[in-house]
Amino acid sequence: MDAGKMPRIVVPGDLLSEEPAKVGEGAYIEDGKVYASVYGVLDKKDRIRVIPLAGKYIPKRGDTVIGSVTEISFSNWILDIASPYEAYLHISEYPRRIEPGEMSKYIRVGDLIVATVLDVDWSMMVELTLRENQFKVLRGGRLLEISHTRVPRLIGRGGSMISMIKRESRCSIFVGQNGRVWLQGKPENMKLAAQAIEMVVREAHTPGLTNRVVEFLRANR
Amino acid sequence: MIEGSVLGMVDGVHTFFKDGLRLDGRKKDELRPIKIKAGVLKRADGSCYLEHGGNKIMAAVYGPREVHPRHLQHPTRAIVRYRYNMASFSVDERKRPGPDRRSVEISKISREAMESVVLKEQFPKTVVDVFIEVLQSDAGTRAAGINAAAVAMADAGIPMKGLVTACAAGKIGGEVVLDLCKEEDNYGEADMPIAIVPRTGEITMIQMDGHMTFDEFREGLELALKGCRQIYELQREALIERYKSGVEGEE
Repeated sequence: MDAGKMPRIVVPGDLLSEEPAKVGEGAYIEDGKVYASVYGVLDKKDRIRVIPLAGKYIPKRGDTVIGSVTEISFSNWILDIASPYEAYLHISEYPRRIEPGEMSKYIRVGDLIVATVLDVDWSMMVELTLRENQFKVLRGGRLLEISHTRVPRLIGRGGSMISMIKRESRCSIFVGQNGRVWLQGKPENMKLAAQAIEMVVREAHTPGLTNRVVEFLRANR
Repeated sequence: MIEGSVLGMVDGVHTFFKDGLRLDGRKKDELRPIKIKAGVLKRADGSCYLEHGGNKIMAAVYGPREVHPRHLQHPTRAIVRYRYNMASFSVDERKRPGPDRRSVEISKISREAMESVVLKEQFPKTVVDVFIEVLQSDAGTRAAGINAAAVAMADAGIPMKGLVTACAAGKIGGEVVLDLCKEEDNYGEADMPIAIVPRTGEITMIQMDGHMTFDEFREGLELALKGCRQIYELQREALIERYKSGVEGEE
């Protein structure tokens, strides 16, 4: 979504290409033609895909998400990851060896944690791991929930948007692929960062957004 | 809406035309005015408000989300639930609230009309809930409900092979016409709502109340298909309009 270029909004069933092409998410091929399957912004860069404007988060292997623990079973923590599917964190995926009876000493019900999706099987059973990232239980700070469809825009190309918001608002921010955003900093800084994030969410599909967010942050600091 | 009794009576038979036009001034193949707005409810995942003549419809879509009760869950695909409901104040005489024989039937056929386009395999074990509230009714509410549902489902980001569009044709005073209004529906000879997937022309719902000859049926079907194409453009515009304000007039 470069500045000046008008994004084309498509709806399900719209014809995207007369010829079969490399097709990404949000598009499908029928009778050799490419059609949109979701409501979103058309992206024709290297393959035809539709960037959705709405929708629920569906976990994918390798995603880093913020989950909140809802239950502890015999050997799993069960987490809500802001998705139609709940996620399981097995005791063996904890960075250190711990006893099943002592699970609630390490991660309690209600804790927010940053975890990586290890695998999603055919029945949408989601397994998480803590091994791949520096393990984090998020304490304090503030949690925002945004649509996961706005996460790529919030991060920006090569992290440009999010690192700018971090710098300008003097907050530490973590964005999960599932649309959960965690902020920590002084209360007034967190408020400012939250407003900037809201602005990105609202205007995600418009060009020249980074500059407007910088202006907003500088004007309100 | 047309006022009072607009129906004429000649020798005890209703007349539906005056100077070649219908009683509300429309031509035989003309739709009533339609207004569609997507994304009107904040708490629903997708929503739509639609006016079609005197019909006022609110559609809300939730999901894909976890299925409750659990036993309805399907292991390999999503399920679709559709609830068509008329508000007690939607008709002249207060309607007793709650589902009745008619609304249960409409919910079922509307669900089947929508279900065929949803890419259900992408969301196993979930449900897509569609709620249609008829706030004001003026004939053709099931078709209007389907049109609103399709926009609301797209607005919720649900993957679909295409939108679904519905429209009715009917027979009044011996003539086949498009999109009956309330008086025409009440005193006419037949009403035939259809739903199609405009991308393919596939028919996902067809019903008929009344009597038509085969030729009249064909003529009505042609008319209704044409009506659907017009409504489809309005549905698309409503969705595009939602994000247009930000796209234009920037830098």
